[in-house]
This record gives sequence, C-alpha cells and structure tokens, in this order.
Amino acid sequence: MIFWPAALLAVVTTAIAVTGKNPVHALLWFVISLLAMAVVFFELGAAFAAALEVIVYAGAIVVLFLFVVMMLSLDKAAALREESWTKGPVWLLPVGFTGMLGVALAWQMLNTALPARPGRAVLPAAVGLKLFSTDFLAVEMASLLLLAGLVAAFHLAREAQK
Amino acid sequence: MSVTLGIFGAVALLLGIVILASLLTWVERRLLGFWQDRLGPNRVGWQGTLQIVADLVKIFFKEDWTPAFADKTLFVAAPVIVMATVLLAFAVVPLTAGSGIAPDLNVGLLFFLAMTSLSVYGVVLAGWASNSKFALLGGMRAAAQMMSYEVFMGLAVMGVVMLAGSFDLREIVRAQSKLWFCVPQFLGFVLFLIAGIAEAHRLPFDLPEGENELGAGFHTEYSSMKFGMFFVGEYAGIVLISAMVVVLYFGGWMGPLLPPAIWFALKVTAFIAFFILLRAALPRPRYDQLMSYGWKLMLPLSILNLGVTGAAILAG
Repeated sequence: MIFWPAALLAVVTTAIAVTGKNPVHALLWFVISLLAMAVVFFELGAAFAAALEVIVYAGAIVVLFLFVVMMLSLDKAAALREESWTKGPVWLLPVGFTGMLGVALAWQMLNTALPARPGRAVLPAAVGLKLFSTDFLAVEMASLLLLAGLVAAFHLAREAQK
Repeated sequence: MSVTLGIFGAVALLLGIVILASLLTWVERRLLGFWQDRLGPNRVGWQGTLQIVADLVKIFFKEDWTPAFADKTLFVAAPVIVMATVLLAFAVVPLTAGSGIAPDLNVGLLFFLAMTSLSVYGVVLAGWASNSKFALLGGMRAAAQMMSYEVFMGLAVMGVVMLAGSFDLREIVRAQSKLWFCVPQFLGFVLFLIAGIAEAHRLPFDLPEGENELGAGFHTEYSSMKFGMFFVGEYAGIVLISAMVVVLYFGGWMGPLLPPAIWFALKVTAFIAFFILLRAALPRPRYDQLMSYGWKLMLPLSILNLGVTGAAILAG
C-alpha cells in the first residue's frame, strides 16, 4: 500500500534534486529520495537493504557531500553562475542520454509483466550468506576498488600538505 | 483496534521520554551542583523538582527569533530533525520482554544506527542554515565528529551481533540470559559507550558547541522553543544511548527479584548518572586530539575486538 507513494516520492524528489539550483537544498531533496527508496526496499521485504540504504547513503555519503558543499560557502552569486551554466544547448546531450535510457526502461517495463511481490521477507543473515558465498568475488572486487580510492585520497591529502 | 492501541502506546512512550528528558535538565544541574560542592537549582517546588516547569514557561515566553539572514525552512527543520530521529530510534528499544513499540524488527540494531546517523543532519543543517560563523564551525565540527565516531560505533556493536547471531534487539537481550555481554565484550562495551557519548555530543566530546571558543556552536542563533528542542533532544539522546548500552551489554530488562521494567529503569538511570558525572569530571580535549583519538586508537581497537570475537566464536 505504501509502495507506490514512496516510489512516487523517490522519483519526484530526485527530479527536484537534479533541477535545483541551491546545492544544499538539492542534497537534502536527494536525502528524502534515498529515504523513500529505503521505504520501497522495506516494502519489498528487503529490510537489511533498507537499513543499509539509510546508514550508508543518507547517513554517511551524503553527509560528506554536504560537508564539502558547506565548506565552499556558496551564495546567491554561485546559484546564478550555476544557472548560467545550465542555460541553452548544454541540456541537449544529457537529455538525449536520459531519453535513451528512459525509452529502454519504458520498453522493458511495457514488455514484461510486473513480477509478483515476494511473499517473504529476506533476513539479514541470508543476505550475509549470499554476499560471502556466491557473490564473494564481487565483494572482494568492491573492497579492492575502495582500497584504491582510499590510497589515492591519502596520496592527494599528503601532496597538499607540502 | 490493535493498531489504535499500538499508536496510543507509542505516543504515551514518546511523551514519557520527552518528559523524562526535560526532567533530566534539572537532574543534571542538581547533580552537577552536588559534585561541585554547591546546591544547584533548589528553589522551585520541593528541592527544585518543579524547576522544569519554570524553565518551560520562561522558554515559551521568549521571543522565537528567526534571523533575517538564515535559510528559514532549514532553520526551522533542523531542531525537528534532531528530536524526530532520537525519538524514532526509541521505537526499536525493548523495554521489557513484552513491551516496546517495535522491538521485534529484524534489523532493529541497524535501525538504531540509521537514526543516529540521520541525526547528524539536524546539527549540520542548524549550523549551515544559521548562516553565521560560529554556528557553521559548530556544524562542521559536529559533522566530522559524528561521522568519525559512527564508524567505530557500528564496528563495536558487531561483536554483540556476532555473539547473539541477530540484529533483533529483543533476541540480543535474550542471548544474555546466562552472561551479560559486558563481560565477553568488555572492550566493545567501552568503545560503544565512548562512541555514544560522542554521538550525543556530550562532554568531553561537546566540541560542536564548545562555548569557550564557539559561543554556543551550532545553536548559537537559536532562541525560545527551537533552542528548547535542541536542548531536550540532547537529553533524549542521553536516555537513548543509556538504554542502548543497557540493552546491548547489560542484559536489558533482566535481573533477579525486581520486576523487569524496574530493572531496566534502574540500569538506564545508572548510565544517565554516569553521563552527568563525566561532564562534571572531565575536561574537553582539543579538536585534533578528538579526531586522531577516534581514527588512530578507537577504530583499530574496534577492528581488533571484531577479529578476536570472531576467532573466539570459531574456536569455541
């Protein structure tokens, strides 16, 4: 029952986040979108994914974005500059790509029947077992990627100190 | 009908927590008074017990000023976020074996972690929306501090999850029927408590509002009941962290002779008093000390705790 309102909220808030001019407000709309996504996951029976969505995305990653944006102390001039950048033909390419994606998505959705709602909830332990058995390689690759990012960030921070 | 009853129970519980949290403002001042060899507020009512009523009347009659230079929407939303996230987190706290709002949620512990990580927004947005230097600095400090301490808070409680085999808080309490987790998870308990103090940004970790350098930090521009919400939210945070420490490490409602609810209340009260004693006893560290303490000492220790716990489970 709560699935459709939450899904609609996620789409609308994401649209506002993308089109907004004030970066802090845009990030907060995005947070609402992430929370709505968590509700969607929860409704589908994936409580663990819902919790991680809130902890990792809304609670950690977007806070870091917000942290950086706050440091930049953007003002009205910045908003105007942002607006001037997004005028005219720069819209064409991203709109074209999004359109292509949208057509593909719509085509897929129209040509496949809606999958039945899973009747049972997925327990956290089941997710963990799957991650460290069948999806083990993907987990390790993701951790390697994160480690590489960490090393790079460390390097950049050290360079800046000289 | 059961839904109505459930909502009624939840509202009653939350109201109780808010009242308890506001009473704590008096308890804290009074206890600090005793520990510092003075009286504390003792004029309104018997021994000052009605001080909170006087404070409430005063705070409601103050001008509720929103600065002209502030971002109005977010300025109003920030204290609401602080209160709402703390109160929502209480939903998963099992008070006794049969009570609590939703203590059977199979990701209960993660829900608590999610709400504490969302509460960062309240403080950060208060700092940003106030649009003044002290408030912004307080907000930045809060963001960095709470993010850093959240990391090992999550890692520290995983030891408990491994021993109990569940994120369900009621299951975690039941798993402690033979031995409270504060014994096998002593290191985890200490780490969680320290992280909890930092999450509630209480002394000695109250640098986001360090008054000797930042005015009042992130809530410098707040007045009247908006400030009151931050204030009560902070005390509700103390109650929440105390309740979580009790649930995770001190056997929740379990104890001999006395009824479960009384045991739970006693244990929580002891930890609340400990929080206040910390404020009376400890000085505030420097900000860089706070950060390196978190990342260079607490984080490795919590990973060590996790590794040792895992090894013990595999061996045992």
